[in-house]
Amino acid sequence: MSNKPNLKLKDIKVEIEGREILKGVNIEIKGGEIHAIMGPNGTGKSTLASALMGHPKYEIISGEAHLNGEDLLEMEVDERARAGLFLAMQYPSEISGVTNSDFLRSAVNAKRGEGNEISLMKFIREMDSKMDVLEMDQKFATRYLNEGFSGGEKKRNEILQMMMLKPGIAILDEIDSGLDIDALKVVAEGVNSMRNDEFGCLIITHYQRLLNYIKPDFVHVFMQGRIVKSGGPELAERLEAEGYDWVKEELGIEDETVGKG
Amino acid sequence: MSLETKLQFDDQFIAKLSQDLQEPAWMLEHRLAAFHKINELPLPKLEKTNLSKWNFDRFTPYTEAAPLQSLSELPEDVQALLFDSNNVLVQKNSSVVYKQLQEELQAKGVIFTDLNTASSKHEDLVKQTFMTLVTKDAHRLAAQHGALATGGIFLYVPRNVEVEIPFQGLFYAEGEQVAIFPHVVIVAEENSRVEFVANFASKGEVALSNAVIEVVAKQNAKVRLATISNMGSSTVDVLYRRANIGRDAEVEYIIADLSEGRVISNSTSHLNESGGIANVKSVALGSGDMRANITSSAYHWGTHTASDVNARAVMKDNASCITNSITKIEKGASKADGQQSSKVLMLSDQARGDSNPILLIDENDVTAGHAASVGRVDANQLYYLMSRGIPRVEAERLVVRGFLDAVVTEIPSDSLRKTIHQLIERKLR
Repeated sequence: MSNKPNLKLKDIKVEIEGREILKGVNIEIKGGEIHAIMGPNGTGKSTLASALMGHPKYEIISGEAHLNGEDLLEMEVDERARAGLFLAMQYPSEISGVTNSDFLRSAVNAKRGEGNEISLMKFIREMDSKMDVLEMDQKFATRYLNEGFSGGEKKRNEILQMMMLKPGIAILDEIDSGLDIDALKVVAEGVNSMRNDEFGCLIITHYQRLLNYIKPDFVHVFMQGRIVKSGGPELAERLEAEGYDWVKEELGIEDETVGKG
Repeated sequence: MSLETKLQFDDQFIAKLSQDLQEPAWMLEHRLAAFHKINELPLPKLEKTNLSKWNFDRFTPYTEAAPLQSLSELPEDVQALLFDSNNVLVQKNSSVVYKQLQEELQAKGVIFTDLNTASSKHEDLVKQTFMTLVTKDAHRLAAQHGALATGGIFLYVPRNVEVEIPFQGLFYAEGEQVAIFPHVVIVAEENSRVEFVANFASKGEVALSNAVIEVVAKQNAKVRLATISNMGSSTVDVLYRRANIGRDAEVEYIIADLSEGRVISNSTSHLNESGGIANVKSVALGSGDMRANITSSAYHWGTHTASDVNARAVMKDNASCITNSITKIEKGASKADGQQSSKVLMLSDQARGDSNPILLIDENDVTAGHAASVGRVDANQLYYLMSRGIPRVEAERLVVRGFLDAVVTEIPSDSLRKTIHQLIERKLR
């Protein structure tokens, strides 16, 4: 087996409070690839992200998910993370009294394992340099985790965590919402800095704008709780130019959302 | 079990105790008067806590301990509670076994000694305050304390003397059925400044700690009183703190309730004159079957007085905690300001917490506010931390530490903050 990370989903179905939201998702993401899932609001894109990370509210009722050949669905949330999955969240929690750097160091060390903890100096150096890339003020290191952060600051902080944790597969859930163009460029730079064969990425968005800065290899259109169309970067461009109506027409979809009725 | 309180001591016992300690006559009189009140008086009435099953009666009333040559004779973990070896008094069981006061402070007229010595040597000073704030008539536990108080500390800071480093009292009980009754009197004269840190610790099946701390802060004096209670699960841990706060004087309480048995932790401030300030910073961490009633009260009598109570409690396992904040602003205390904030975080389904803010205001021209909350650990916060690879237990610890830190980081002394942090960390493991 190669060292390339691999996330493979087969017919994933998810329920929230007894209501089926995802109706069979199939996708494979490998190291070196950037996938984008695009789709209008309410089609279940974010549900996919949360369910894969293991959010307690989302129940995967059937299907398979394997990360590097291991059964993802058998793992606890923290095990999934240590196995190399990362989710940049749309709405990160605020945690009072826990500083950003303490939290990040705990996370980095949890992944490295006991006896292999990162030295404080090395950790600080690394965090400083990554914060520079993201144009984050050093004071964010000592502020409480996401507390009082603006929307844009939270998003940068998510990317900072990703850069520090160096996951094999990252899912970015609407990382671009609420970002101005400058912040968007900075965040994209952070993601691009990680592009290599040991990193695969799934970007969930409903704007094409982000994809101007992070060039995807594959683009998937999400409707009614599943991927309805896949293609290359040209698909994103057409969606930006023409919207989603042509896809709906082509596939005979009247209502693209899920869970109504 | 009989309904009647079985007392394991009588008039003769008390007379002998007083004689053995070579106390002045007034002390014996006070003891006997208090003793006779024990069966007359009810237990203290605590909001929402039923004390009927707590053991206040089965204990050994006096257990002598031999003096220490050096602090290193203490068990290592007990010794670690002290952050300095200067101006320290150690009480083990019923005896004061070690005391040290820096000479330069002595030269300035500072008194820091055991209460027994002070009751003869500084009779008038002690008499003026001893059991005048918490009186023997208050309730059964106060009477019991009055009858049996041994060890303890008298700390007197003269006018205009500011002491930079904190005085430390270590009250350490060891052995089955042991009970301790430390009494601390702190008198801060005009314009003085003093800090006192008390640690309460136990080893073995200790039955009871019934302690009282009385503070008199005179005009413009500043007193910081920190108590760190860390008694074992067999112990009923009772601590009444009470302060009379004079004109423009300030008393700051720092309270860490980390005991694992039954806890009554009470602090009461009387803001008697204009401009007085009372601040309470209180953290509690309950584990096992701990039951706690933590009450902070402020009574505003003077104008322009201010009180601020900031309390946080975390309950694990089957622990249960009632946190009461009582602010009473009396008629005439205009421009007074009373603030309270009390939050309880529960870590298990069996843990219980209750937070009761009580504001009683008899004056129109005042400001007051309160915030209270009781809740469980936020599942989204745990999910977020875990999604970064942090195991559940560690994630919970981070959330708890953060929750308590809102109060702990406000503690102005570095060494104290560090001590409390370490104790909390140890408890969370």
